[in-house]
Amino acid sequence: MTQVTDSHTDDHTGHAGHDDHEHHGPPHLAHHFETPEQQLSSAKLGMWVFLATEILMFGGLFCAYSVWRGNHPEVFAYAHTALNKDFGFINTIFLITSSFTMAWAVRTAQLGRTKATFILMGLTLLGGCGFLVVKTFEYKAKWDHHLFVGDLNEHHPDYVAPAEAAHGEADGDHGAVDEHATIEQTAADHGAADHGTSDASVEVAGETTGETAGEIVGGAERTSIALAPDGPAGVVADWMVAPVIAGETADAGHADDHAADGTDEHGAHGEAAADAGHADAHGGGHGDGHSVSKEIVPLKDRQKIHQFFQIYFLMTGLHTFHVLVGMGVIAWLMFCKVPKGIFGPGYYTPIDLVGLYWHLVDLIWIFLFPLLYLIH
Amino acid sequence: MSHTTTPDATDNHNGHKDHEDHDSHHGPHVVPFSMLFTIFAILIVLTFATVGATYVQLGDFNLALALAIAVVKAALVCLYFMHLRWDSPFNGLVLVASFAFVALFIGFALMDSKAYTPEVDAAAVEMIQSDAEAAGQ
Amino acid sequence: MSTTTPPITPPSSPHSPSSSGGGGGEVNYINATKGIKSWMFTVDHKRIGLMYMVGVMSAYGLGGLFAILLRSELWNPEPSFIGGAEAGTTEAMNNAWDFYNQAFTLHGAVMVFLFIIPAIPAILGNMVLPIMLGAKDVAFPRLNLLSFYFWVLGGLFFVWVLSKGIINSFYPGMIEIWGPGGLETGWTFYTPYSTTTQNSAVVAATFGAFILGFSSILTGLNFIATVHMLRPKGMGWFQLPLFLWALYATAIIQILATPVLAITLLLLIAEKTLGVGIFNPALGGDAVLYQHFFWFYSHPAVYIMILPALGIISEVVSVHSRKSIFGYKFIAISSLAIAFLGFLVWGHHMFTSGQSALTNAVFSLITFFVAVPSAIKTFNWIATMYKGDIRITTPFIYILFTIGLFTIGGLTGLFLGCLSTDIHFHDTYFVVAHFHYVMMGSTLFAFLAGVYHWFPKMFGKMYNVFWSNLGGIIAFIGFQLAFFIQFIAGSQGMPRRYASYPEHFEFYHQVSTVGAYTMGAGMIIVLLTWIVALRTGKKAPANPWGGNTLEWHTTSPPPTANFHAEPTAEEPYDYSGWKYVSPEEGWVQRTPEEREAARQQLGTGH
Ligand SMILES: [Cu+2]
Repeated sequence: MTQVTDSHTDDHTGHAGHDDHEHHGPPHLAHHFETPEQQLSSAKLGMWVFLATEILMFGGLFCAYSVWRGNHPEVFAYAHTALNKDFGFINTIFLITSSFTMAWAVRTAQLGRTKATFILMGLTLLGGCGFLVVKTFEYKAKWDHHLFVGDLNEHHPDYVAPAEAAHGEADGDHGAVDEHATIEQTAADHGAADHGTSDASVEVAGETTGETAGEIVGGAERTSIALAPDGPAGVVADWMVAPVIAGETADAGHADDHAADGTDEHGAHGEAAADAGHADAHGGGHGDGHSVSKEIVPLKDRQKIHQFFQIYFLMTGLHTFHVLVGMGVIAWLMFCKVPKGIFGPGYYTPIDLVGLYWHLVDLIWIFLFPLLYLIH
Repeated sequence: MSHTTTPDATDNHNGHKDHEDHDSHHGPHVVPFSMLFTIFAILIVLTFATVGATYVQLGDFNLALALAIAVVKAALVCLYFMHLRWDSPFNGLVLVASFAFVALFIGFALMDSKAYTPEVDAAAVEMIQSDAEAAGQ
Repeated sequence: MSTTTPPITPPSSPHSPSSSGGGGGEVNYINATKGIKSWMFTVDHKRIGLMYMVGVMSAYGLGGLFAILLRSELWNPEPSFIGGAEAGTTEAMNNAWDFYNQAFTLHGAVMVFLFIIPAIPAILGNMVLPIMLGAKDVAFPRLNLLSFYFWVLGGLFFVWVLSKGIINSFYPGMIEIWGPGGLETGWTFYTPYSTTTQNSAVVAATFGAFILGFSSILTGLNFIATVHMLRPKGMGWFQLPLFLWALYATAIIQILATPVLAITLLLLIAEKTLGVGIFNPALGGDAVLYQHFFWFYSHPAVYIMILPALGIISEVVSVHSRKSIFGYKFIAISSLAIAFLGFLVWGHHMFTSGQSALTNAVFSLITFFVAVPSAIKTFNWIATMYKGDIRITTPFIYILFTIGLFTIGGLTGLFLGCLSTDIHFHDTYFVVAHFHYVMMGSTLFAFLAGVYHWFPKMFGKMYNVFWSNLGGIIAFIGFQLAFFIQFIAGSQGMPRRYASYPEHFEFYHQVSTVGAYTMGAGMIIVLLTWIVALRTGKKAPANPWGGNTLEWHTTSPPPTANFHAEPTAEEPYDYSGWKYVSPEEGWVQRTPEEREAARQQLGTGH
């Protein structure tokens, strides 16, 4: 009881309709429990156990993430530049804020302050909405740049470019040796990153259209893959063809040196290609102005670039699904239960439980944000 | 067998015997607003910190730092927003155990894949090279 | 002897067995309310247990049918089920292989996901767990019902896959309309086969298994909360019946492992529908990683299957030996130890799949540690029987079978856990025999023992002892015939999952097939004894065996609220409070003076 009294003293907004010790006439007590405390403790234990299953379920995805990043760090370092760090940051703020309002809502529910609970849960919902809106922009941008999930990702071996991707016609001559085209294009990007885009700014990245060097590189490659023969035996040939092999695989392990070499070798050629490509839009994704070239990915791993996006979509997709579920439950409680004024010191279990769930969703995002958006 | 009931802090069902010390389950534990707000502020600051840390070149340590900040943030959310600090210790054990098993899963899978991936890659490169030679002839 | 006297329920209390034994015309959970809706929307754990029983036994029948079909195919070295094709042609071979692949996959998937995993926890656990705790219900009764309906829904996906497969085989044109049916990936859904195969309903089947996982998780969650929160006053952790320790350990595995299966299956569905390619080497994926995912769940899952069975053994051995369980704490803790070790050994399924040498060695080593808690249990059961007042009852006979099968299965597991011998045995019938002994033999016979042990409590009826024993003996002989010889066939190199085989294996296969039919006959007898007992069985007393766990303190069958008056926890394996009266009345409680005398007579008690 002391805690309740304490909290009253530092209660800034005042309180209404809070009657003490209502839990001895327990209207919400199920027949197989003896006391409301026992019922609440059981419900909380059940919820925590459920949260454990959620953690283990996400744990599978974190395992896939770790195995892929651990074995192919360059793939992640390169591909993550396609993500918009600012969006990730804004969403982190949204979720933390909504977590705070949710924790606050639990507090007001415990104190029986119905109106405050209603408002705070509404704010929590708003936070969730904000998160979803930003996520929609992010997914939309990935869709537009052909960096979506599955074979809708242009790095995917089975990717089929949409028909309107006509600006690749200029490359048609050497389409059959598609990787050759890609390498040139990559070199071009690298050159562009060095020479042309040091002014790329955070503002650009912050726009919904502010995409990154990675996507542009991908964009160039898309056109070339589109022109590649789409045969059953093409799995290997699609991503790695003769001219590349002899020189490159040997130093695949030294990504940095390799990248430098690439620039030297293909410098002139690269700049020419850069004009054909979107050299003006390069860079910027990595707000600090340093752009990551596809060259840092060893050739043996280039067919694996799409794996980053698969993992990104699976993780954020499952997480977003959890946000949606949480918002649904919060909305249901907020509109159907809270206005009835049934929550108070004696009974606040549903608010408490949905709060736990919402905090877990926040907690998972706390890990997702640095792991997906802030790779070094 | 013994009749002694083991001291068991995970049980708060029959009687308030186990929890007299810090949390008598007579009323809900209400977290003061000031405390909630402080935690919120720290979380925001740490979010800025985690972004800021990426501008510092620390090599592999960048990942460790990012994860360390994330763990601190997660711990704050669990302890204060999720009331774990005042809750039954068993609930905390459930949380820690689930993280431990995730770590176990990741640990073994990573250990193994680290060992076999170079072999797989080498085989792939070999295959590519032989394909390339075949194409060249 | 105990240092404190456990509270003794006075014989004159309202729930005294002697005053209400038989329970004939009384209101109990079965007849309390009537009508289909009173069952479909029930939140009574006992009714949910019975509904599970009907469903799970049907699934067992389906899985058993596939087993019989498999063994029939293997009677001859040549392919037998060749459809309309001419014998000896390639088409005949293909037909037989297709059929056989489908049959063993569905046999495995149905048996594992729909029968073995839910059998003991969902049927017997639901039935007796709250009663053993003296509780009115599980902690979350509505979740319990939801878990049942998840099970039904998941089961329907498998029925859907199966029916599609059957219909497609008669009307091939249907494939154009609703896609392929059936399933031939093996129950493990290994990639890349499961992501590339075109003639299996992989998505539907995996989604079914995904839903079944939720059913399993909800049951486990419920049991954990119930054991923690609804124990009666005076029941500490070490007065918990050992069956509940086993169910508790099982629930921990269900909670920690099943979500990984869920995400594995989701990833598989994403691979199949979106072309994600995390596991598909053709897309730069890692097929060995899939096996890590799958076995991180599926090795602990074999302990989901076996741990509850070990719990039943502990109960039945003690009650029917009239002797307090030997080494209670060791058995209790060894359940947790098995659950924990179960998470550290999954790589022993991957010794030959490209797993690295170091990982192989680590997993092999830890695998051997599992033998320690398993052996602790076995030795303690035998020590419990030693000098016990053993009654050769039906449950006890089944439990003897279980211990025998578990021992054989466990010891042959050592050959498979050992790296060098596993290279020779992997993917042979040796493995098939091993896991049938452990998963199927031990779990099935323990499940049957549990049903026979609690049958009087569940239905208030007694069964025919002779036929029940006979059914068990026939099934046991059939089992040994069917599977023991597979160790030999496997060690001589007979690989698993082939519809045809070289002629020199014919003898082994024919013995095995005869065994399968024999076992099927035994199982039919067992099922018939249940049906006959339900219809014409004699009234069961409240306590037919003299057990002292709390379910024997209430009437048979119990009322909806489980007890007529709040029970008091007692030492679960102290039998001094009961005396045998007659088959009709069973065991009734002694007065305190009689009890004290009995204790003197017993001497050291336990
Ligand atoms: Cu195993």
